[in-house]
Amino acid sequence: MKQDDIIKEIGQIRSLMERSSKFLSISGLSGVLIGLYALVGAFAGYYTVYGFNSRFGYRDYYVTDSFVIYKLIAIAAAVLIVSLLTGWWMAHLKARNAGQSIWNAASKSLLFAVGVPLLTGGLLSIILVLRGDYGMVASSLLIFYGLALCAGSTFTFKEIRWLGIFEIVLGLMALCLPGYGLWFWTIGFGILHIVYGFIVHKRYE
Amino acid sequence: MGLDWTLYDKIFENRVRLQIMSVLVANDDYDFNGLKDLLQVTDGNLASNLKSLEKEGYIEVFKSFVDRKPNTRYSKTAKGQKAFENHLLALENLIKQQYK
Repeated sequence: MKQDDIIKEIGQIRSLMERSSKFLSISGLSGVLIGLYALVGAFAGYYTVYGFNSRFGYRDYYVTDSFVIYKLIAIAAAVLIVSLLTGWWMAHLKARNAGQSIWNAASKSLLFAVGVPLLTGGLLSIILVLRGDYGMVASSLLIFYGLALCAGSTFTFKEIRWLGIFEIVLGLMALCLPGYGLWFWTIGFGILHIVYGFIVHKRYE
Repeated sequence: MGLDWTLYDKIFENRVRLQIMSVLVANDDYDFNGLKDLLQVTDGNLASNLKSLEKEGYIEVFKSFVDRKPNTRYSKTAKGQKAFENHLLALENLIKQQYK
């Protein structure tokens, strides 16, 4: 065997080990788009609570007005659904271009790892809303989302672990500063996603 | 230092077998169709190479049914893992040898 052949063979082994155990079809650009949706959602949320006519910092409405909280939940749900669809669709395109399937062993592992903490966080926040503990919803969702990303990072780009850690830190800070949840969401779901998306796009695409 | 050819494994001279082993070392287990998609080989080729790895005691086979369709999963044995690591070591030594 020639040396070049061996090096090529080892390269193939490496790539195969990585491709079989990691789901690398997640698109960096979808991260940027998802971040932008979150920013739009944050503006809509700000408008819902503060209104346009009031001076900065003066509220037209309060979150405790019951229909405001449902408007906010509707905005958050809309952003979530559009983000999931965008992420799925762009991963699907990326996988197809690489001649791979989006539904494989690695993506199943990823989905399970992310799903458990995320579902727990989602149910927790529903319980909190039903009990009227609105103050903790924003922070706990950030924390559980961060935990989900850390759990999923074994099965995809390693950069996701850092995104997860930053989300957890933001969530803990939001817990210390109740009432500023929207700002922490703007940073966590908006700006961090955009930064992360650019990093992945630059490094891998 | 002379080359230690005892580490080199003839079984892995076949590229498909080496590739199967790489996937099984990186994952707890993998099913037949997953391997086929990943390696881009025919059913027959994949099956015969899996058979020879199984005969050698490098992999284990688990057969079950999912929605009444047969689902065959494969996983590495301790022996297979060791053989794979040794083989990589042999390749590494081979490269080092040629750099001298």
